Amino acid sequence: MVEQNSGLRSATISVLVENESGVLARVIGLFSGRGYNIDSLTVAPVERDQSKSRMTIVTSGTEMVIEQIKAQLGRLVPVYRVQDLSKEGPHLARELALIKVVGTGDARQEALRLADAFRARVIDASTESFIFELTGATDKLDAFLDLMRPLGLAEVSRTGVAAIVRGKATIE
Amino acid sequence: MDGSIKTTEIMKSGAEALLRALKDQGVDVIFGYPGGAVLPIYDAIFQQNAIRHILVRHEQAAVHAAEGYARSTGKVGVVLVTSGPGATNAVTGLVDALMDSIPIVCLTGQVPTHLIGNDAFQEADTTGITRQATKHNYLVKRSEDLSRVVHEAFHVAKTGRPGPVLIDLPKDILINPAPYAEPNGLPHRSYRPRTTPDARKVAQAVAMMKRAERPIVYSGGGVINAGPEASKLLMEFVRLTGFPCTSTLMGLGAYPASDPQFLGMLGMHGTYEANMVMHGCDVMLNMGARFDDRVTGRLNAFSPGAKKIHVDIDPSSHNKSVVVDVAIVGDATETLRALIAAWKADTQPQDREALAKWWQQIDVWRSKNSLRFTQNRDPGSIIKPQYAIERLYEATRAQAKDTYVTTEVGQHQMWAAQHFKFDKPNRWMTSGGLGTMGYGLPAAMGVQVAHPDALVIDIAGEASILMNIQEMGTLAQYRLPVKIFILNNQYMGMVRQWQELLHGNRYSESYSEALPDFVKLAESFHAVGLRAEKVEDLDRVIAEMLAVDRPVIADICVDQKENVFPMIPSGAAHNEMLLGPEHKAESGGYNGGSVTDEGLVLV
Repeated sequence: MVEQNSGLRSATISVLVENESGVLARVIGLFSGRGYNIDSLTVAPVERDQSKSRMTIVTSGTEMVIEQIKAQLGRLVPVYRVQDLSKEGPHLARELALIKVVGTGDARQEALRLADAFRARVIDASTESFIFELTGATDKLDAFLDLMRPLGLAEVSRTGVAAIVRGKATIE
Repeated sequence: MDGSIKTTEIMKSGAEALLRALKDQGVDVIFGYPGGAVLPIYDAIFQQNAIRHILVRHEQAAVHAAEGYARSTGKVGVVLVTSGPGATNAVTGLVDALMDSIPIVCLTGQVPTHLIGNDAFQEADTTGITRQATKHNYLVKRSEDLSRVVHEAFHVAKTGRPGPVLIDLPKDILINPAPYAEPNGLPHRSYRPRTTPDARKVAQAVAMMKRAERPIVYSGGGVINAGPEASKLLMEFVRLTGFPCTSTLMGLGAYPASDPQFLGMLGMHGTYEANMVMHGCDVMLNMGARFDDRVTGRLNAFSPGAKKIHVDIDPSSHNKSVVVDVAIVGDATETLRALIAAWKADTQPQDREALAKWWQQIDVWRSKNSLRFTQNRDPGSIIKPQYAIERLYEATRAQAKDTYVTTEVGQHQMWAAQHFKFDKPNRWMTSGGLGTMGYGLPAAMGVQVAHPDALVIDIAGEASILMNIQEMGTLAQYRLPVKIFILNNQYMGMVRQWQELLHGNRYSESYSEALPDFVKLAESFHAVGLRAEKVEDLDRVIAEMLAVDRPVIADICVDQKENVFPMIPSGAAHNEMLLGPEHKAESGGYNGGSVTDEGLVLV
């Protein structure tokens, strides 16, 4: 017998689904019903005719659990393809955050300097606030938010991860 | 299917298009209950003769009846219920069918599309409620989708790992005209279950089995679901290899119980030999079973030395609880055929000597006769439940009719599985995964509708039978001569057994207080009521029951103290079985595992 609790890993899974009502509920219900983690989930239509959507799910569990998650996703009727990006070659993962920082004086100056270093764009400004738009890997966003916290971080909206395999291979 | 151009015609109403679709899917019977939202369908049913409607007395029973129909015929069972409470009442049946992989199409009425979400009368979010209770479900919002959805629902229900599929039908969709298109035979856009096994893995499995010294074939419900051909091939494979064969509760009948290579059922209440073989084997072929917790016992002690081969049509069954060495995705028929061919093609000789030694060991285990019980035959003696089943089985063998057995859930179910021997598939209908009390009577109803000339028996307990007793009315209305054989011990027996073994004999709420008089109850429902109180009554009551061509309730008063043995207590391993009192006396005391604290929290 293989020890079943050894080694948690994080997995980024892409799921190509039929764009129909209830499909997101099916996926979320599967995760909650079977006790799997969702660290992040994004979904949007990706075909020109809006017929298919792509979900990117970041989850974590033992190897056995992650294989189960993939198999369970694969047997949902509206699912075309399940791709484990963490396993199928190198991939890119990005998310976008809108970050509101409120303050004046030195803190405000420092926030702006750091935003520049992180290549965050200022998309809204008032005399007492900035809204930064930042794209990047999850850990980069986390690092930036940590820096903003003492400088007046007031509100964050994040998209969750979108991911894709490098090179010419596609999900289909 | 034949690639011909599909015809589209406009039907007068969605209800008519629906019935046309059902007819084109080969449906001959629907189990249902009317209500406001489905009145257009009932109106259409009234105006045709192709499809028969069986009016049940409760929607849950409609689903179980359709399950009995499906499991005994291999066809899809069809259910029709109204919106709101009609749909919510059906949920238990849907989950039951989901857990046991039974193909069902359940049609539910819904409030008109413009009222959805308004908390209208008899409105429920049926697709929301049943999303996790079905293999798939649909809400038809446009008339032009109706016939396609119905055809697709049948395809999804019966292919791959079968299961229940629900179609929610708003009333305006049923009333408005709708186009009808025949099934187009094109593959589904996204749903493409795999049925053909990977030849490389089949060869790998055969190589493993050829080298086996202590093999076992562990077959399950998947073999039944694959159709009767799979059962024949299973027999051929087991004969070819000389391997012993055991079966799960759901798989009984796939391999003939009377065959010497069959070891009986395995698992929590399986035979001593089946469980010892599972524990001690070196190569295991799991054919269409899912390593259920009732089968494996404590996982980290499950079959510790075995190389495991797992054949399942559902890839998510692989490595879910038990890690296997070779996982084959495939239909049981196709995979067994491939295994037989590969076995014959593989030139490596089998270790016949080791296999002979293994059989010697098995015979030693078998000689323990773990299902043994003692029946006092003196007049006036109380009837042992096992004896009642044994006599029932013997009596059914002595008559000419094809026999089908359903059960409720509990001790009587386990005794039926142990003592009623099935030699053919599709003859045994029981609620395995969900364990639904109240399953047996409606399921028997569905079986009898499908097989009007067969002998159909519901082996029941006095507590379970009351959960769907209203279906006696359905039996009477359609003259379905179902025989209800109640092992009446005046307790929820399995609950009482666990309270005795695990909770210090504190029989909390498990006594069946204020029971009805089942003989009078039968008579009030236009059925025949019989009772056996003492051992000398038993054969006469069984003979009378079988002789009557009407529904019968036979109330068999059995020993209240009897427990189901052998038993693998929760959290114990296969080689830590509790055996019955006969064996205890023989070995001079306690004979097996005990319940651990970890085991106590398991169900």
